[in-house]
Amino acid sequence: MPKSQGRFGAEFRRFSLERSKPGKFEEFYGLLQHVHKIPNVDVLVGYADIHGDLLPINNDDNYHKAVSTANPLLRIFIQKKEEADYSAFGTDTLIKKKNVLTNVLRPDNHRKKPHIVISMPQDFRPVSSIIDVDILPETHRRVRLYKYGTEKPLGFYIRDGSSVRVTPHGLEKVPGIFISRLVPGGLAQSTGLLAVNDEVLEVNGIEVSGKSLDQVTDMMIANSRNLIITVRPANQRNNVVRNSRTSGSSGQSTDNSLLSYSQQVEPSFEPEDEDSEEDDIIIEDNGVPQQIPKAVPDAESLESLTQIELSFESEQNGFIPSNDVSLAPIASGTNTEFEARAADQKLLEEDGTIITL
Amino acid sequence: MPSNPRTQEASGRHLSVGAFSRTLLDTFKATVLTSSLSSTLIGLQWAAANMRRFLRPGHDPARERLKRDLFQFNKTVEHGFPHQPSALGYSPSLRILAIGTRSGAVKLYGAPGVEFMGLHRENNAVVQIHFLPGQCKLATLLDDNSLHLWSLKVRDGVSELQEDESFTLRGPPGAAPSATQITVVLPHSCQELLYLGTESGNVFVVQLPSFRVLEDQTISSDAVLQGLPEEARQRRVFEMVEALQEHPRDSSQILIGYSRGLVIIWDLQRSRVLCHFLSSQQLENVSWQRDGRLIVTCHSDGSHCQWPVSSDTQQPEPLRSSMPYGPFPCKAITKIFWLTTKKGLPFTIFQGGMPRASYGDRHCISVFHNSQQTAFDFTSRVIDFTVLAEVDPSAAFDNPYALVVLAEEELVVIDLQTAGWPQVQPPYLASLHCSAITCSHHVSNIPLKLWERIIAAGSRQNAHFSAMKWPIDGGTTLAPPPPQRDLLLTGHEDGTVRFWDASGVCLRLLFRLSTVRVFLTDTDASESLNAQGEEEWPPLRKVGSFDPYSDDPRLGIQKIFLCKYSGYLAVAGTAGQVLVLELNDEAAEHTVEEVEVDLLQDQEGYRWKGHERLAARSGAVCFEPGFQPFVLVQCQPPAVVTSLALHSEWRLVAFGTSHGFGLFDHHQRRQVFVKCTLHPSDQLALEGPLSRVKSLKKSLRQSFRRMRHSRVSSRKCRPAGAPGEMQTAGITKAERTGLQNMELAPVQRKIEARSAEDSFTGFVRTLYFADTYLRDSSRHCPSLWAGTNGGTVYAFSLRVPPAERRMDEPVWAEQAKEIQLMHRAPVVGILVLDGHSVPLPEPLEVAHDLSKSPDMQGSHQLLVVSEEQFKVFTLPKVSAKLKLKLTALEGSRVRRVGVAHFGSCRVEDYGEHHLAVLTNLGDIQVVSLPLLKPQVRYSCIRREDVSGIASCVFTKYGQGFYLISPSEFERFSLSTKWLVEPRCLVDSSKTRNHSCPSNGNSMGPEKAVGRARNSGSQSDGEEKKPGPVMEHALLNDERVLKEIQSTLEGDRGYGAS
Repeated sequence: MPKSQGRFGAEFRRFSLERSKPGKFEEFYGLLQHVHKIPNVDVLVGYADIHGDLLPINNDDNYHKAVSTANPLLRIFIQKKEEADYSAFGTDTLIKKKNVLTNVLRPDNHRKKPHIVISMPQDFRPVSSIIDVDILPETHRRVRLYKYGTEKPLGFYIRDGSSVRVTPHGLEKVPGIFISRLVPGGLAQSTGLLAVNDEVLEVNGIEVSGKSLDQVTDMMIANSRNLIITVRPANQRNNVVRNSRTSGSSGQSTDNSLLSYSQQVEPSFEPEDEDSEEDDIIIEDNGVPQQIPKAVPDAESLESLTQIELSFESEQNGFIPSNDVSLAPIASGTNTEFEARAADQKLLEEDGTIITL
Repeated sequence: MPSNPRTQEASGRHLSVGAFSRTLLDTFKATVLTSSLSSTLIGLQWAAANMRRFLRPGHDPARERLKRDLFQFNKTVEHGFPHQPSALGYSPSLRILAIGTRSGAVKLYGAPGVEFMGLHRENNAVVQIHFLPGQCKLATLLDDNSLHLWSLKVRDGVSELQEDESFTLRGPPGAAPSATQITVVLPHSCQELLYLGTESGNVFVVQLPSFRVLEDQTISSDAVLQGLPEEARQRRVFEMVEALQEHPRDSSQILIGYSRGLVIIWDLQRSRVLCHFLSSQQLENVSWQRDGRLIVTCHSDGSHCQWPVSSDTQQPEPLRSSMPYGPFPCKAITKIFWLTTKKGLPFTIFQGGMPRASYGDRHCISVFHNSQQTAFDFTSRVIDFTVLAEVDPSAAFDNPYALVVLAEEELVVIDLQTAGWPQVQPPYLASLHCSAITCSHHVSNIPLKLWERIIAAGSRQNAHFSAMKWPIDGGTTLAPPPPQRDLLLTGHEDGTVRFWDASGVCLRLLFRLSTVRVFLTDTDASESLNAQGEEEWPPLRKVGSFDPYSDDPRLGIQKIFLCKYSGYLAVAGTAGQVLVLELNDEAAEHTVEEVEVDLLQDQEGYRWKGHERLAARSGAVCFEPGFQPFVLVQCQPPAVVTSLALHSEWRLVAFGTSHGFGLFDHHQRRQVFVKCTLHPSDQLALEGPLSRVKSLKKSLRQSFRRMRHSRVSSRKCRPAGAPGEMQTAGITKAERTGLQNMELAPVQRKIEARSAEDSFTGFVRTLYFADTYLRDSSRHCPSLWAGTNGGTVYAFSLRVPPAERRMDEPVWAEQAKEIQLMHRAPVVGILVLDGHSVPLPEPLEVAHDLSKSPDMQGSHQLLVVSEEQFKVFTLPKVSAKLKLKLTALEGSRVRRVGVAHFGSCRVEDYGEHHLAVLTNLGDIQVVSLPLLKPQVRYSCIRREDVSGIASCVFTKYGQGFYLISPSEFERFSLSTKWLVEPRCLVDSSKTRNHSCPSNGNSMGPEKAVGRARNSGSQSDGEEKKPGPVMEHALLNDERVLKEIQSTLEGDRGYGAS
């Protein structure tokens, strides 16, 4: 039973919503616009959570979260996008609880105290993220570097080396690939997620064991526009500690554990990333560069359609925004689903290729 | 590893699906019978593909079965001359030649097409090869002193070479290693015994095939000493056994020659010395006259002596002694043959003996007969030689007919019956590397007309060869005749192009084209001087074709493109020269039109620091029959030509360098357009960086040259001894410095995305002509496509005037499209698929075979192959359709790609077009068209073998070639249907008894091939296990590298002394 508060002259609307079937964020957004009769106005939607914090609603996940917190009333705040007060979001604590409403309703209030304006998450360009925390051993870290749209160099070097693994026959020294140098000011260094002597275990979901330094170099460069590296950090002190998993988290997890993980659980990212592919450029004789569109599938490529569907599906399931860490408990609940899909994808891979349109 | 897909039979749980696939195949068959239209087949393929969707993907048994019918990987035969040969053997009864190599390979050659190969498990040099008399067996001695017994066994109607037994002679405990170090091997005519001469002077006897040592029969030096008279005993100390020979008539007597000059004849039955001969000089070798009455010895001072054999009298002095190239000090005569003839004096044939000071560095074999004397001067060190003569032991005379010489870089056979002793052209063992191979180009299915014209032109070049039929003609080949006529063209560093018949097992030289005549080179005059300036004595005569030293590296051929329908040929080289040639059956004198093309166009401020362009000869030049150049395009700057395409129907030639590409109308002899692809900031490409690569090659070449010089007149290969020790010392030193360098610079790789500012992005990697829908879907037009190192594809639409106005109107071109691949990897292949997803035919192909006409109704597709990905785009509107990422998923990059047609081994006429791909890891993959699905993958070349990977060339029917050494092509096949491999039979019972071949007037090899083909009919369908396959690429061979190193080290010593 959400209650809607407009802030255009303190308009209040109260309407009901079925809790069990909240629907999608897009629908809700449309409903809000309809209720307030502002069909063409871009607005920011926020809600007050149980602690009184003003939190944004801008996707299905946090929309559902918001609905689930309604007790039974859900307080929604709507702001016009151009005059939105971003500082109201996120900074709130229990102490500021009382101020939430006043902050929102009286914008002149904080002219006295100018905040550093931090834009909404969707206005950020992601630079890097830690992903798949829920499916990786704690000793491993999967880092995604977004080269796309940045002029910053990736800025790191790799080398051959050897690492000690725990095997059924005891400790064994095996060759491995390590980060040897970070270029100051490069993407890799600026993320703080990679460090010299981190061992590289996977590149975009593909294990590097058994591959030569040159092969791994080629793989990384080929994936450079959307590089996902799984490393075993040299410094194991900053690992994310989870309590959901108790087995085998001794901190000296072996490579075997990774193996079994990657066999069971398909990584949540899509190895065949779309971002880097759409932007081949065609210059026709008129001289204007354009991105190459994707061809409409025709009868000839029917066979690949099944795969396309799959890849879309996995994209939806798998795209986890940069606040993965907080979502980890939720995602772990979907593990069975991942496994089912992983089986499908495995078959595809045996077929040899993943073709996307 | 060659794989045999048929061994993986579908397991039982796929029974129902198997039934499905069978019906599918039946449908194929039916369709093929009713209509051969490719469209039906393609439709069916789609039907199959669609049905496959309902099965579990990746486990489609029908497709898996079809794959087994289509693809199979085999390394079939090694063409060319074995790298680093180290031993020669010949069986007079089998008429088969054997060559052993330093890497432990044994290769057998008989009649053309009869070839066998074996590889010792030990990676040791083969020092000696001996056929066992009257048997299909041979014994090899390796440089680790081990003996190996090989035999040719018949299995399923085909002979196979296999190793039966190996053995190492062991002395009593505590004995010096030299006591059992084998120096000479004599297979006895009783077929069961091997006599082994050793460094200690003892002769051991082993029984075959078990290699059991018969200790009671050992001929120890003490026993021999006992049998000698007092004065001989006093004068000589025994040393190693240098010669062991059986009496030509009496098998109970053998001759033993010791290095200090003593020769004895030993009675095997009574174990006593029958007679002895004492020479004052070190003994090198012995020849026993046919009747056993005369012994000829040769010595280290360059002399040879004749000794009459009679058991009664001891000979203190030789009957005759001569020093053929005296009186000044001469080098040793290391081997000698004394062969009687019916008419005239015996032949004296010996190796070495040249005057030490003036000709000590020559590699000579001298033939003396009656008044004729010739010292054959070989281009490289002589490994060993033999003389082919009368086999029948009861015949009165030897009547030698051919001299077979194995030199380090080539095999030379000399006809001893024809006056002037001309060379015989070998049908195999061609020296591919007579000048270093710089590129190769394969053309499948040559029309008969062109084939005959090339052969006719080539036969005029071979007029100096003897008409003798190829004398080494043992065995019969059972291989079916080659399915089609294939040409392999190799470009060489000296500016020549060689045309090889690559249809069958024997790679045979058909025609040799030299582009040198077009240019002015400063070495022309001196070369002719050299040839004629030889002195009268010694009577030297240069033989062989090996000539690795290019006078001008700019002459090197880099790209070749032959149109098999028109006979037009385009050849491009290191200094930006592009020649267009035409096949002419007559000799002609004409001027080659020279056109300069400025690829930098308006770009300013650049300075080319590389080599200058070649100067063309002005005025008319005389050209021999064959391919004659008529247009010379000189790229400016004169950088190496990196891509070349020729369209014979449109009469256009396109060429690209690191600076850009151009299109030239060779009909009107006019430049159509030039496109500069150079990035403005790319200074490296401008300055001619490739010269650096060149200089490395040059220094390697020089070190090889030094190596050769340092080995002048080396004696038989012996592992121990002072020179060997010096070598090992050099190696360790080299290794040490290598290790130090490694520690100084840890290997690390920079991870960075490719950018437009990288160097060499403008390097034009591929050029492609296509008649397709470039601008709109209603009209197709000629087009030229170019792909660069930076991932850019340029497409130009062309307007070619109709034939009747071809001379009057200009060819016109306009850029229509430019595609920038975002991953910016080098574009290595461009291909247009027609409406049925079949690759467009070659120019003029449709005119010759109407069934090949492309489908111009449906929409065309563009396939762009970069080093990292395969991508299909639609045409005319370029939109992305499919892709296959290779590097992102596997870490391998595309090195070579070619379209191949794979025929089914089961269903007649069924075939599919796919891409054959070689990666930088040496893997070969087949990627399907048009769906880009990987089909099969085989590991083919070792990833370290960079030169092997770089030299790979695919044929249009799923075969390929790559260099395993500078002188050898390995042939492989991906197809089940097209398999060219030796299948032959050698039978010891059927030893032919004709002594010498008739001097026919036709070409020997041709005739032999013809006969063999007729006999090959049986057991075609049988499966054959692929034979052992050997590889020994030059720069990967540790030994070679070490040798180069040690030569360099040794060279310093030379300089100092």
